[in-house]
Amino acid sequence: MILEAINISKYYGEFCALKDVSIGIDEGEFVSVIGPNGAGKTTLINVLTGFLKPDAGQVNFRGKDIAGKGPEELSTMGIARSFQLVHIFPELSLINTIKVAIISRQAKGMRLFASLARDKEVHEQALEVAELFGLADLLEETAKNCPQGIKKLLDVASAFALHPEIILLDEPTSGVSTSDKNKIMQVLVDASKKIGIKTVLQVEHDMDIVFSYSDRIIAMQQGKVLADGSPAEVEKNEEVICTVVGQKECFQTFNRIMSMNREERA
Amino acid sequence: MKKTGIVFLLLILAFLLVWPFIGPEYQVYLTLSFFAYSVALLGFNLLFNYTGLLSFGHALFIGVGGYTAAFLTSRFHIPYMEVSILVTILLSGVVAILIGLICVRYIKIYFAMLTLAFGMLFHSFLMKTYHLTGGDEGMSVEQPYLLGMDFSSMDQMAFFSGPYYYYSLGVLILASIAMWRIVHSPFGLCLTSIRDNPDKAEYLGIGIRKYRLLAFIISGCFTGVGGVLLAPITGHMDPGMVFWTHSGDMVFMTLVGGFSNFFGPMLGTVIFITLRDVISSYIEYWRLIFGALLAAIVILSPGGVIEVLTNLFTLIRRKIMAGENAS
Repeated sequence: MILEAINISKYYGEFCALKDVSIGIDEGEFVSVIGPNGAGKTTLINVLTGFLKPDAGQVNFRGKDIAGKGPEELSTMGIARSFQLVHIFPELSLINTIKVAIISRQAKGMRLFASLARDKEVHEQALEVAELFGLADLLEETAKNCPQGIKKLLDVASAFALHPEIILLDEPTSGVSTSDKNKIMQVLVDASKKIGIKTVLQVEHDMDIVFSYSDRIIAMQQGKVLADGSPAEVEKNEEVICTVVGQKECFQTFNRIMSMNREERA
Repeated sequence: MKKTGIVFLLLILAFLLVWPFIGPEYQVYLTLSFFAYSVALLGFNLLFNYTGLLSFGHALFIGVGGYTAAFLTSRFHIPYMEVSILVTILLSGVVAILIGLICVRYIKIYFAMLTLAFGMLFHSFLMKTYHLTGGDEGMSVEQPYLLGMDFSSMDQMAFFSGPYYYYSLGVLILASIAMWRIVHSPFGLCLTSIRDNPDKAEYLGIGIRKYRLLAFIISGCFTGVGGVLLAPITGHMDPGMVFWTHSGDMVFMTLVGGFSNFFGPMLGTVIFITLRDVISSYIEYWRLIFGALLAAIVILSPGGVIEVLTNLFTLIRRKIMAGENAS
């Protein structure tokens, strides 16, 4: 097991965001975390990536307890993440944003007098990542001037450029038009394969994407794990679907839409 | 850097090289302050523009440099300028580590206030340790040897407009090259990433405190060297050099010149030194005029005077090119 949360709890004052949550991610898995707003999905990601310290419980990465370790340390250990709300460097160009990750991975950040412009290795690797994410035509564009979809891709691309062992994506397609969602997911999956990132954990609201790309789905509600299983198992779980979609009568409609989407893709 | 930029820089350099021969003696003497403050602001702006930390106590490092020169030349009778510079780099580094370890844990107004507080602590230290620093009377700075050469037989103004002028220019050129390399290095890119979004930078594996501390140390060393260059010009160091208003002057120069451009603060020093000299000869309340000027710059051109000049230059070039195409 590459990443494991054991009985983690997290409180915001009186409010319990996570209550005794235990999950495990195996190497090579594509796992999606689903649930209604306030279910604790983002808190779970924040705890797993060191952004928040759990009030109780243990987080293990390759068997080592990493609960409370900061993002920088986790990043060097091989854990990367992207954010629900895009996190970019507004004044940096797209190529330089990706270069920051590569410099960090290659531990070149403390080179005070080396010329960045002449570092071919960093430049070529940044180009490769940019090409994988379809950003090659916008290399010199300042990040803040890019459309939302590009910013989202840039956020994810910079995390991918770290070549992590596991990547945690918090709603990678949020704020992106429905027609572009599948394209972005395909880009992410292809990039993961090419870069060699085997394990992906994502929080996602779009059920079509969740059921299309996941090996396993973890459903959450009110800070607890409601279900943990394969897409086929979760799809049949009426309680999960009703909780996630929000209405009881939606269960059959949901299954009908999912089968239609499957046929369409086939 | 673009070709036009290089040509422009070479023209300025050529002008500075011949300036002592064509300029009035007093104006040449004023140029020395420009060199000293430019070196100091190279350091200040590494922190302000590239790291996103506004120090309101950077005059402390001017004081470290200036008092080091004063101690070495007048107390220990070690007149060698290079020794003063090396000792200043060492001392500024040590002081920056001690202060930085606390300050870089904070950002924005908290960082500014902490640096201001440390600056004022140093001011109080200089005032109270009368037996050591001369208190409010300060210490004299003797004429230094440059590259091992003694120029004491020269008239003081001849020394300033001759050997010391070219020595200071040389230090400014070397400091500019070093800082240019730093801001265009992988380290420089990591600093700007921290300035733009520290959370994201941390998730990309950048240890933000470590980088901020190193930036603070480098910044302190550059500003300290600026202080060493300034000391012989004033011939005297007193606690006023580290008072918060002096730190404010450095912020003023940087903002007026244009902090987002590498050369902006240097332009700011020219504007500050020239205006202070001109305005203070007419009215006593020169800071009033400076306040109005700063307000105007911030409102009308937040990028500083260098932004106005750059836009003007681009406009003229476009018009010339359009004229050439039309003909």
